Amino acid sequence: MSAATTPERRDRTAAEGRTTAPGPSRSRFSAFVRGAAEAGRLVVQPRMGFAELPVMREGLSGVRGARATAVGTITLDSYTRVNDHDSARQALRTGAELNGFPLVAHGPRATRRMLEGLAGADFPVQVRHGSALPYPLFEAMVEAGIDATEGGPVSYCLPYSRVPLAEATDAWARCCELLAAQDEQMHLESFGGCMLGQLCPPSLLVALSVLEALFFREHGLASISLSYAQQTNQAQDLEALAALRRLAGERLGATDWHVVLYTYMGVYPRTPMGSYRILEDSARLAMLSGTERLIVKTPAEAFRIPTVAENVDALEFAAAVAAEHTEPVAATDTGLYEEARMLVDSTLDLAPTVGGALVRAFARGHLDVPFCLHQDNANLSRAYVDPHGLLRWARPGSMPLAPGDTESARPLSAQSLIDMLAYNERRFDREQLVRVRQWSLT
Amino acid sequence: MPSNIVRKGRKFVVSSVSSDAHMWNLVFLQLLLEERGGVVRNLGACVPDELIIEECRNERPDVLVISTVNGHGHLDGIRLIRKIRQDAELADLRVVIGGKLGVRGAENVAFVEELVTGGFDAVFESEAGLQDFQEFLFGVESSDRPALSTVGAGDGADGTGTEVPALSGLRAAA
Repeated sequence: MSAATTPERRDRTAAEGRTTAPGPSRSRFSAFVRGAAEAGRLVVQPRMGFAELPVMREGLSGVRGARATAVGTITLDSYTRVNDHDSARQALRTGAELNGFPLVAHGPRATRRMLEGLAGADFPVQVRHGSALPYPLFEAMVEAGIDATEGGPVSYCLPYSRVPLAEATDAWARCCELLAAQDEQMHLESFGGCMLGQLCPPSLLVALSVLEALFFREHGLASISLSYAQQTNQAQDLEALAALRRLAGERLGATDWHVVLYTYMGVYPRTPMGSYRILEDSARLAMLSGTERLIVKTPAEAFRIPTVAENVDALEFAAAVAAEHTEPVAATDTGLYEEARMLVDSTLDLAPTVGGALVRAFARGHLDVPFCLHQDNANLSRAYVDPHGLLRWARPGSMPLAPGDTESARPLSAQSLIDMLAYNERRFDREQLVRVRQWSLT
Repeated sequence: MPSNIVRKGRKFVVSSVSSDAHMWNLVFLQLLLEERGGVVRNLGACVPDELIIEECRNERPDVLVISTVNGHGHLDGIRLIRKIRQDAELADLRVVIGGKLGVRGAENVAFVEELVTGGFDAVFESEAGLQDFQEFLFGVESSDRPALSTVGAGDGADGTGTEVPALSGLRAAA
């Protein structure tokens, strides 16, 4: 326990020694985020995607009208993510339900029309896609005049595809170069801080976010964000976010960057109160850590894809929490910065390029995402949630980490996996369902 | 549910469908089946139909367990099972599907009948626990007959009540 963090966003930013990014390289998306941060406001963003053009426009319009400093999101459907555009087209023809916006099936022209008079400097829009091989999507985005997108060669390959990592890395290199070649550069966010949504220890999340950001920069991107997903303990998350900012500041130099926090992406509380409480915690975590942007979740997401109104409610709630005073909380002091830096440096030592280093690191288990079933992930490392809610290594596999507690290395059962996956669900719902005071580290 | 009796080790192929990138449901299912003495080949996320078919031909599992939570299960599942049933070698393979099969929450039950009619031996939809799936497994483990469970294979209107990986809120993708 040390280093109480302060809610004064501008002070923190200055303390990180960040230089002001050069004007021309700044994208419309990051200019908006920077402006909000300078005014002390948290940018909030939903996950939202609808199949039909008018519905998608209505959704974005709802977000734009929210009482919050919000950016828009177009989440693509699962067929488009895997470049199965024929299935997406067929679904549009037959009216079958899709779980997102089929960008390529609609085409850039129709998408640009859908965004007309809606997307702009005061309301930039990010496309979220989850694709390991997104070149066709990126081409459509560039043509449609999209402001920003996200993902990364590792973060959208290992958890969400069967594409060999080397192939994804090559594809993402070309994608970055496509974006970098545009007159008006798109902003690109690394999803590396969100691996598998839960049960990936913070040092690896931080390292992957920084490594993907370095990869983006290596391929010409000048406007980048680094992600981190809320985990199971606020004090540990504060330490992780501070480590991420410090490492990014050291390694990205004058690149225009900011940090985006994701409200918990794992098994979500099921009571309305529990889900608002975890969302509240994430908004406070964002303010305490100097994070510029927050991707929110809605209470409905535990059950189904949320409506526009539910998204707007969540955005307005998060914005209201962010505007309140948040009492400083002490971060843990468990060496996350040192561990993440060691993972970044030792990975970069493996090859002359960031992409090559990432491929080699995973091939030899030097980087190993716990529980990830992708054929190019060693899947020998294991993580666990300790009794204080700290997310820790149980087995390092071949990663260059200090061995975890042997006590935790007992075989994992299906039930104990469920218990760990549902840690936050229980924690936040219990406040509602059982009147038991939560024992807390802080 | 007695869990301490000796059962035959059954062979399972566990897989997602082609468009579904979710993984925790598959990690959980593997652990669950292994704890019950099963031998599991886990194909992971986003598996093309052809790969599932090829693996089933090679592995000859007792059961193919399809788990999907992205809401496209009713579309991908029906396409997959038709291909499987058209394959002479796999026409009699025991195949079950579970998870969040549509994007309508509790109304996803509407898809159950279609999937059963399409050729699945059992469909486990909705937000309840694992009971029905475990009963199905118990039937598989304790029977020498290739008798098919009728769990979830009823008229599709009774709620059938089970999501295979009792895991909700796993929309980690993008």
